[in-house]
Amino acid sequence: MLTQRIIPCLDIRDGRVVKGVRFAGLRDAGDPAELALAYEQQGADELVVLDVSATREGRAAALHTIEVIRAILSIPLTVGGGVRSFDDAVALLAAGADKVGINSAAVDRPAIIAELAERVGRQCVVLSIDAAEGEVEADRWQVVTHAGTMRRSLGVVDWARQGQALGAGEILLTSWDRDGTQRGYDIELLRAVSRAVRIPVIASGGASSAMHMHEAFEAGASAVLAASIFHDDRHTVASVKQQLATLGVEVRP
Amino acid sequence: MTEVMIVDTGVANTASIRTMFSRLGASSRLTQSAEDVADAPVLVLPGVGAFAAGMELIERCTLTEPLRERITLGRPTLCVCLGLQVLFESSQESPGVAGLGVVSGEIVEFPDGVVRPQFGWNLVSREADGELGYAYFANSFYAAHASEDWSISWSEHGMRFIAAMQRDGVLACQFHPELSGRFGHGVVEAWWRSIGVETAC
Repeated sequence: MLTQRIIPCLDIRDGRVVKGVRFAGLRDAGDPAELALAYEQQGADELVVLDVSATREGRAAALHTIEVIRAILSIPLTVGGGVRSFDDAVALLAAGADKVGINSAAVDRPAIIAELAERVGRQCVVLSIDAAEGEVEADRWQVVTHAGTMRRSLGVVDWARQGQALGAGEILLTSWDRDGTQRGYDIELLRAVSRAVRIPVIASGGASSAMHMHEAFEAGASAVLAASIFHDDRHTVASVKQQLATLGVEVRP
Repeated sequence: MTEVMIVDTGVANTASIRTMFSRLGASSRLTQSAEDVADAPVLVLPGVGAFAAGMELIERCTLTEPLRERITLGRPTLCVCLGLQVLFESSQESPGVAGLGVVSGEIVEFPDGVVRPQFGWNLVSREADGELGYAYFANSFYAAHASEDWSISWSEHGMRFIAAMQRDGVLACQFHPELSGRFGHGVVEAWWRSIGVETAC
């Protein structure tokens, strides 16, 4: 039976791991390769790396960081954050990413999803959606892009469906309202999107306990992403998995 | 030192596969040459996107015959994900496209009602040995049967499917051994030993 995935996330900037609240107020949280290896050893099922660099130099540094992580990692690696074009995505795959997350670039030009899926296979294409409460037609949530600074006239559930039809293999669904707040995932949002698509949905934004992850799986998520709760050493991936197993969630031991 | 040849499928995740072989103490090189595919002491056919795209590349580079030959003869070959699927005659993913056909049967799609693609870690078992461990899969299509001369391990996602199959020097994995942590390393290391290559670690 397919197990539910626990995915630590590293936000990287200029070669270091950083963490903020609602995409702002970044502070240093460690060395990417050291953290990546520690998480694999704790039982992480995959790793997500988001490049939050604002500059071209920062993005070049991110490619190097991906190469360094790949050389030591033997679990799947998804990279996102800096993907502005088809060529950016291919460069990340060549550097060692197994999947690329595309966000703003796909909202600006949805055909990029289909082009990537055709070239590298849909299993490599993760549609990353940042969602904020705000009505768009029948949708309760609207898509936000550019690190939360732009609200788009695009409903999240509608966009998830479109992404699936265009060829996305997975959806990384981040609640902008919950990101970094430790109040738990936006369960209503997860339920709405999971019902609308058949591809896996990764819950992101707001986790601070195994109970929050349990709620996300109950709502239909196939995987949960978390950053600060692992970086702060309050929990390890192993301790979270143990708690989830006692709650009846199928996890890889 | 043994040099492993990896069929260059354009993109795929060759970086992870190369990392895996460097852990075994082997160097690796990408190739699209039919001569390399025929002569390589050890060859890897990695996963690529769709069935039709994979076969198109194999045919364009005239790799069909050398691949058929080395797999039929059981020469050391590791096939990963789509690399396993193209061993079969056809796939529901790309109707009308012929696979290598070294194994009889058709690749089929997971049923409605399960998450597709299957992304994540699934339990691998073998009838004779029971549970072997968890491996990382990323697939929407699967092989349900292979002839009895293949040694098969299984997983389940809505139904039972082939997780890996081995015959002589050929190991074909539906999962990604290069992304399956210690379990994946162990599977490849055992195959590496079975084909008579010394491991470095």
